[in-house]
Amino acid sequence: MLLVPCPNCGPRNSTDLRYGGESHARPDPNTASPAEWRAYLYLRDNPAGWLRENWYCASGCRRWFSIERNTATNEFRDPPLPGNKRGGAA
Amino acid sequence: MTMSRQGVQPTEVIDRAAKLRFRWNGKRFSGFEGDTIASALAAAGEQIFSRSMKYHRPRGILTADYWDPNLMVQVGDDPNVRAGHRLLESGMDVRSQNAWPSLNRDIKAANSLLGRFLTAGFYYKTFMRPQWLWPTYERVLATFAPGGKIDLDTPHAYHDKRYTHPDVVVAGAGPAGIEAALAASSAGASVMLVSHEHSVGGHLRYSSAAADQAALAELRTALDASDVEVLTDSTVTGRYEDNWLGIVQRNHPIAVERLIKARAKTLVAAPGLIERPYVFEGNDRPGVITSGAARRLVNLWGVKPGERAVVFSANAEGDAAVADLERVGTEIAAVIDGRTGGSISSTRGSSRAVDAVVADGASIGADLLVVAAGWTAPTSLLNMAGDRPVYDPAAARFFPSDPPSNVLATGGLAGDAGLDGLRQHGAATGRLAAARAAAVRHRLQSRTARALPVDGDEPAWAPDERAPLGRDPHPELYRADTHGMVDMSEDISSKDLVAAAHEGYDSVELAKRYTTATMGPSQGKLETVNTVAAIAEARGETISQVGTTVWRPPYAPLTLGALAGRMFEPVRVSSIHPWHEANNVSIIQAGQWLRPDHYGDPAAEVRNVRENVGLIDVTPLGKLDLRGPDVPKLLSLLYVNKWMKLGVGRVRYGMMCAEDGVVLDDGVTGRLGEDHYMMSTTSSGAGGVWEWVENWLQTERPDWQVHVTPVTTAYASINVAGPKSRELMSGVCEGVDLDAEAFPYMTVREATVAGVAGCFMWRIGFTGELSFELHVPAGHGLHVWEALMEAGSDLGVGPFGLEGQRVMRLEKGHFIVGQDTDGLTLGPSTGLGSLIKLDKDDFAGKPELAWAADRSLPMVVAIQPDDPDVVPEEAAQIVRGDTNEILGRITSSRYSPTLNRSICLGQVEADLAAGGTKVTVLLESGERIGATVIDHHAHFDPAGERLRG
Repeated sequence: MLLVPCPNCGPRNSTDLRYGGESHARPDPNTASPAEWRAYLYLRDNPAGWLRENWYCASGCRRWFSIERNTATNEFRDPPLPGNKRGGAA
Repeated sequence: MTMSRQGVQPTEVIDRAAKLRFRWNGKRFSGFEGDTIASALAAAGEQIFSRSMKYHRPRGILTADYWDPNLMVQVGDDPNVRAGHRLLESGMDVRSQNAWPSLNRDIKAANSLLGRFLTAGFYYKTFMRPQWLWPTYERVLATFAPGGKIDLDTPHAYHDKRYTHPDVVVAGAGPAGIEAALAASSAGASVMLVSHEHSVGGHLRYSSAAADQAALAELRTALDASDVEVLTDSTVTGRYEDNWLGIVQRNHPIAVERLIKARAKTLVAAPGLIERPYVFEGNDRPGVITSGAARRLVNLWGVKPGERAVVFSANAEGDAAVADLERVGTEIAAVIDGRTGGSISSTRGSSRAVDAVVADGASIGADLLVVAAGWTAPTSLLNMAGDRPVYDPAAARFFPSDPPSNVLATGGLAGDAGLDGLRQHGAATGRLAAARAAAVRHRLQSRTARALPVDGDEPAWAPDERAPLGRDPHPELYRADTHGMVDMSEDISSKDLVAAAHEGYDSVELAKRYTTATMGPSQGKLETVNTVAAIAEARGETISQVGTTVWRPPYAPLTLGALAGRMFEPVRVSSIHPWHEANNVSIIQAGQWLRPDHYGDPAAEVRNVRENVGLIDVTPLGKLDLRGPDVPKLLSLLYVNKWMKLGVGRVRYGMMCAEDGVVLDDGVTGRLGEDHYMMSTTSSGAGGVWEWVENWLQTERPDWQVHVTPVTTAYASINVAGPKSRELMSGVCEGVDLDAEAFPYMTVREATVAGVAGCFMWRIGFTGELSFELHVPAGHGLHVWEALMEAGSDLGVGPFGLEGQRVMRLEKGHFIVGQDTDGLTLGPSTGLGSLIKLDKDDFAGKPELAWAADRSLPMVVAIQPDDPDVVPEEAAQIVRGDTNEILGRITSSRYSPTLNRSICLGQVEADLAAGGTKVTVLLESGERIGATVIDHHAHFDPAGERLRG
């Protein structure tokens, strides 16, 4: 089981956290076209490599944070960004 | 073959003073403490232990250890016990499996005459068509299914779980593994040493060499004096990300099995080597055994494996077996040396004879054929860490290639050396494991913001400076010039594999699935390399070119009980729970909560609420305390409706949609003070909504000043409902005017109830009656409940449960998120589309809801069956006429004791949503009934006069 480095609680079992998926910018709801909005809802880059993604420390500090993970090796790249906007994709 | 018990051996593990009596197929037997079931039976001269899976061929001891495919037995109600490993206990009732009517005369052995028809893919090819015959095929095939019998009356046994965080876990307790554990422990690491066997020592246990025994004694003494935690009869079953390990402990004093979940900083894999059978005609006959089996039988249990033996030896272990056999008086008829080109072609003879036919066609009379043809490297744990082992033809086995640096191999898995060399490599591995574990520990601690400060810099990642082990040359011996069994668990011969390859299943992974080779109880420990070799031969390629299958968890099987284990899931009850339990409650589990479903008669509970007054414990209702100047903005963002102008003391209903416009949750939120609000959520949505709120505040609107505190369990919640609820409340409330004008519907007041200050009281209700929802500081919940019961005794107060509430909310037509809506139900489909305020600047799901406004969507509607006595099942389909075209479904249905008729909510296509529309409901029985969509959601009191009262 993956160890996820929570910025507050330190490395924790991934089951202690909720996976929030790829960091993804939220389009302006008043101007977004259906294609843009649905890309935000459903389309993910899903790279084999470095990815900035969101985690919620559900059983610990209750912080949402974003961090970069290599999806091919499961290596995390420091530092996690506390309270990072979902749109903070690297 | 005739096995028998011999005189005391210096290495034996049996206590000849402790005689254990047991039964084998109903007959009385005895063995000694320390015997396995198989060794006791072998000592008593038993020859046949099981019948093979497909051909029902008689099978005897092959390896005499855990992996022996022929020693699966039933012990009492425990099926598929490995008699080669399970220790004998007094009074055991042991029976053979897969034999009918008896082990020695098995009628299905006729299958072996049909062998050439039962070839690879036989079941796939034969039983495919015609499809209508499948039920018949299945019944017949089921009688041929191997394995033991499951007793449905077996009592529920206790299984345990344990979590641990050792620095180093060493999997395997041979000399290298023990040295690794000792060295790591000396270097300051916390170490867990896991031995698959009943005692540590690996192959030293059954070596008669004096030097080996001296080393074993020395290692055991050192272990006893160390801080190493030693687990015997336990197996590291799996290695997962970041060295998360599953370890099954089979000899726990209380639990049947205990699953240990260990987060190791480094893992040392030292499983040793597993002896590989050799493929030739008749290689599965009783009397053909591995050299390891011979050595274990002689040295551990003092059993002479046969009277006259032929030994086929290609390595030192085979030579050592010759010496062991001679010592107990087995006559050595011949030693065929595999290193100099000698081979075994087949076996002949009947009953107890196993005459060996050698390469030149000569037959050597014997009752025992001992085979030492090479080794399988059980690279499972390395496979699970991502390593792909590489074949070395010179050594005739696979070796690790490039495992991650927190997984280290030692012992026979890593290479060959004399005992001293293995021990030195083990110790060096242990030191390296400890050094790397220290670096991991430092990193974990220094990266934890609130951990104790850690001294110094993170230690450098220790380089691997171990002197590598050598590789002893070994002939590549897989198959003789005849065909024989490759997989004895599954009855797969080399001929089957060649046929599979010729049919096109010529990749190892495909051939494995097609033939089921390596998929039986031995799980490839004995047969993988021979399978690969057979495929390679059929393809005319080398083993390196063909590659091997990937070993996945578990390394050794564990029971489902161990996996299910002891549950750590908490159960939640409200502070009022003791009262429910004392009052004939029927409990229903809802998520983690145990909730009152009813108290005997839900219909009577409903009538009492409609006529008098009732109390329901709604503590699990989600409650979030929201404070700060920006709460109205937050509410406007999360709910579809408007919140900027909610006055202090007012309550409003809100619906939440996700960003895709699908209904997420609903509930009421009240304004308790200038900057203080209380949000209620559905009981099942309490956790999810909290997370949702935090997500928006932390990631999208971090500049907003809102503080969120979940208070679901800080308050006990009681809904007081019914026409006499105000009268009841007036007897227990202080500090609040309960008059309808002073405290109207959809308002909230703080009050002292039954002497308890700090209670919140909402004028809302799910039941449609005049009601007061009380939120009482949790510790006083039971007191307030009892006070209400007492105060209302003249008014006919009674409790009601979830079932009664469900009936009443259905009478009122209130939908339940997740019951009447689903993962595709957009906001407007609930019928509350007018709540959605698209003129707000922003809110969750706004674009989707705006686009949905122009579309015709399925709608939640209230439906009444034409026959008032028929209650359609929930999820019954609404169809078009006599067709099976689905137009909707019933989402909730009950018999209403208030209206004396069946009532429903359902979802239907937009063009059926108008009041008065006739629909057809297809019941589970196949019957179709007529029903009518009614004008509004409420079956009862649509104007809402009762709850406003």
